[in-house]
Amino acid sequence: MGEVIVITSGKGGVGKTTTTANLGVGMALLNKKVALIDADIGLRNLDVVMGLENRIVYDLVDVVEGRCRTRQALIRDKRYENLYLLPAAQTRDKSAVSPEQMRKLCEELKEEFDYVFVDCPAGIEQGFRNAIAGADRAIIVTTPEVSAVRDADRIIGLLEAAGLRGPRLLINRLRPEMVKRGDMLDIDDILEILAIDLIGVVPDDEKIIISTNRGEPVAAQENGSLAGQAYRNIVRRIMGEEVPFLNFYRNRSLLGRLKKLIGFGG
Amino acid sequence: MNLKALLKALTGKQDSKDVAKERLRLVLVHDRASVSPEFLDIIKEEIIRVISKYMEIDEGNTVIQMHRSEGTAVLEANLAVKAIRRTF
Repeated sequence: MGEVIVITSGKGGVGKTTTTANLGVGMALLNKKVALIDADIGLRNLDVVMGLENRIVYDLVDVVEGRCRTRQALIRDKRYENLYLLPAAQTRDKSAVSPEQMRKLCEELKEEFDYVFVDCPAGIEQGFRNAIAGADRAIIVTTPEVSAVRDADRIIGLLEAAGLRGPRLLINRLRPEMVKRGDMLDIDDILEILAIDLIGVVPDDEKIIISTNRGEPVAAQENGSLAGQAYRNIVRRIMGEEVPFLNFYRNRSLLGRLKKLIGFGG
Repeated sequence: MNLKALLKALTGKQDSKDVAKERLRLVLVHDRASVSPEFLDIIKEEIIRVISKYMEIDEGNTVIQMHRSEGTAVLEANLAVKAIRRTF
C-alpha cells in the first residue's frame, strides 16, 4: 500500500509544480513506483514541466467521469522506470471533481504505486479541498518572503482543521548570499514563525529555469546543480532516511573569508 | 561586533529581513486569531444559551475568541457570571 502526498502552498508561484515534478523524478530514480496527479484543473502545468505535454490523451476529469479507465489516462514517462503522470483537464474548472472522487482515485492509485504526489492548485477553495482529500501527508512549499510564509501559515491551519497532521515545510528559492547580507528571511526565522518541521531547503537556481525550458526536471541530472541535489535529499527524507541538510553558506574563496573577517559579505 | 554591525548600529538601520520577520509576526497574530465574526457570534449565542441554564451570564461582558497555540487551535470563552441559579 502506497502513500499519497499533497504538495501545497496557498500562494501561487512558489514552486509547487516544479517541486512535484522533481520529487517524482527523484523518487522514480530510487526505483519507487510513482504517480503524479496534476490537481490544478483548468490551469494544468505539470505536463509541460515534465515535458509530457504532447502525450496527453485522457485527463483527471475523464477518469472521474468514467470516460476512460485510470490506467488509460496515466502517461508513462519513458525516461524513467515507473514514473507516471495523470494530467489535469485544461478546459474544465475545479468544480468538475469532488473531494470524494479524489479520495477514491487516490485509494485506487495507492494500491499500485509506492508514492502518489498531488500537485495542488494555489488558493484555499475547492481545488485545494480536492487536492488534499485523498492525502496521507502534506508538504507545504514556501519561499522566504512575507506573503508566501503568511499563506503557508494559513494552509497549516486549514490542513490541521482537515485532520491532515504533521505537514512538513519545504523552503524554496533560498538565496544564501541575500540571507548573509540580512536581506532575506533565514531558514530558522521561517521555522520559528511557522513552528513546523522542515523537510528540506532548495536554493534559488538558474538551472531550474533552464531545465523547465527543456521539460527535464533537475533532479534527473546527477551532477552539478545544488537544487537537484536538494530535491534528491528531500526524496530520501520522505522515505524516512536521515539526510543532513545542505550547507549553503560555505565560504569558497579566500576573498570571501577575508570579507567575512572584516564583516562585509563573506 | 564586526564592522558591518557597527555601521548598522551607527546608522540605526535594521536589516530588511528583521523588518520582514517583525511584520510577519504581527500579521500572523491577526490571521491566526481570525475566524469569521459571524461564526464566532453563532458559537457565542449557543454557549450563552447553554450556560444560562445554570448561571446568569452578563452577555455584554462575554468574549469569545479563537487563537492558535503550540500547533492547536484554542477557543477561548470568557463569560462574566452574574449569579448562579439555585435550582440545580
